[in-house]
Amino acid sequence: MTVSDAVLTDPLQPQSAEQAEAIHVWNLHKRFGSLEVLKGVSMTARDGDVVALIGGSGSGKSTFLRCINFLENPTSGVIRINGEDIEMVSDGVGGQYPANRRQIERIRSRLGMVFQNFNLWQHMTLLQNVIEVPVHVLGVKRDEAIAVGEQLLERVGLSAKRDVYPAYLSGGQQQRGAIARALAIQPRVMLFDEPTSALDPELVGEVLKVIADLAKEGRTMLLVTHEMKFAREVASHVMYLHNGIVEEEGPPEDLFGSPKSERLKQFIRTVS
Amino acid sequence: MADVSIIPETLSQMLTLLSPSPPGWGGNLLRGLVHSLQIALGAFGMGLIIGTLGAYGKLYGSPLVRDLAGIYTTIVRAVPELVLILLLYYAGTDLINRILEMAGYQRIDISGLVAGIVVLGFVQGAYATEVLRGAIKAIPYGEIEAARAYGMSPILMMRRITLPSMLPYALPGLANLWLIATKDTALLAVVGFSELTLETRQAAGTTKAYFLFFMAAGVLYLLTTLFSNLIVGRIEKWARRGMPSVREAG
Repeated sequence: MTVSDAVLTDPLQPQSAEQAEAIHVWNLHKRFGSLEVLKGVSMTARDGDVVALIGGSGSGKSTFLRCINFLENPTSGVIRINGEDIEMVSDGVGGQYPANRRQIERIRSRLGMVFQNFNLWQHMTLLQNVIEVPVHVLGVKRDEAIAVGEQLLERVGLSAKRDVYPAYLSGGQQQRGAIARALAIQPRVMLFDEPTSALDPELVGEVLKVIADLAKEGRTMLLVTHEMKFAREVASHVMYLHNGIVEEEGPPEDLFGSPKSERLKQFIRTVS
Repeated sequence: MADVSIIPETLSQMLTLLSPSPPGWGGNLLRGLVHSLQIALGAFGMGLIIGTLGAYGKLYGSPLVRDLAGIYTTIVRAVPELVLILLLYYAGTDLINRILEMAGYQRIDISGLVAGIVVLGFVQGAYATEVLRGAIKAIPYGEIEAARAYGMSPILMMRRITLPSMLPYALPGLANLWLIATKDTALLAVVGFSELTLETRQAAGTTKAYFLFFMAAGVLYLLTTLFSNLIVGRIEKWARRGMPSVREAG
């Protein structure tokens, strides 16, 4: 057990200790030029965990999520996914990048990322978006991928829209479609980067409901969100980030019920 | 009354001159058109390949690759095409033969068709580089990021996401390049390649029916453009399949 495990293992959920580690991050730093966005963040997510990352804008929570699938290269720190350490090499100017592109591609293809702005591929219909990665990255047979894709679209309530292009869908529909695309790769972990922040208020509910259902069925998820009430309901573990460090973390009832740090108290007051 | 008798006679003379089989020159003109289209197609295709490589080089290449691509597009677009054609055609074939001789091979006779395609394709590539670079930059960044986030390799991403996504932005520029390619073939007349313009000049010079033959050539170029517009329109409609029409949005 590493130092970070000892700190992070949640005593209130002893059963999680039996679960395998899906993502383990230790002492992650990320620097953009002279700006240090992450100053040593550690986290362990075991299978079935729903980790919510909260914090003000500029706290580093999105950057942290994006480092996990290397959309941003961390400046230093250890990232282990599915028990596999990601090898990094120095770029000679204080940063580092993945040593093995194929390793990153393989790991990414098992992390289902859902973006703030949906990022569906506009030249493909909804179903084509959903089967794209299974067919072309994972090598699933096309008809099998279509069968699975249709089921997933049914789950997110979009069966009728399978042959529609994303531009003709509402934001909520696009985001539910993007969740189906993430599910189609049978992800080990789902990564949500502020999935409802770009939505009109009346469309937020339909997307949150889909995410809550996924949490209920035991999916491992990392969720960057501004929806405090939602984080409290679905998360098994909440991390409050402030200025690039974890200011406070724990089970949601502790964090929201009896916050210890003054900053977190203030944050909860301002957002609720 | 004399006029009335002259017109049908002139008309029949015109038809005789334009008839596809000798003594008419129509066949020569059509052969010239086919040669022109062959060169245009080849050059446009070669331009697309160079353009794709150039655009990727300029956007994602190392500093050296970026500089080389920059020098290529700047020089080719700075020098008049006619000069480039003369330079590449004469100097280029000469250079190839000198290299062959130095390597101990025999001189080869480079066909006008191949030389024409290579020369025009080289020119087209520079313009296509800029058209495609702009189109790739117009793709919403999130779509590229999603492709990366799902583990696509660079080649797969290019094939499945980048190229199809940039097509709607590239097509108007590429259609321009295609039409320019069809007309630039006329410049090859200066190196003696028997494309439409040269065939027309020969027909006109021999028969002294300048107006008739140059009008006929103009009509053939126009028909090429009209037909191209039809095809481009179809391709554009297909490429924009995921995009709501601009008119509806307005």
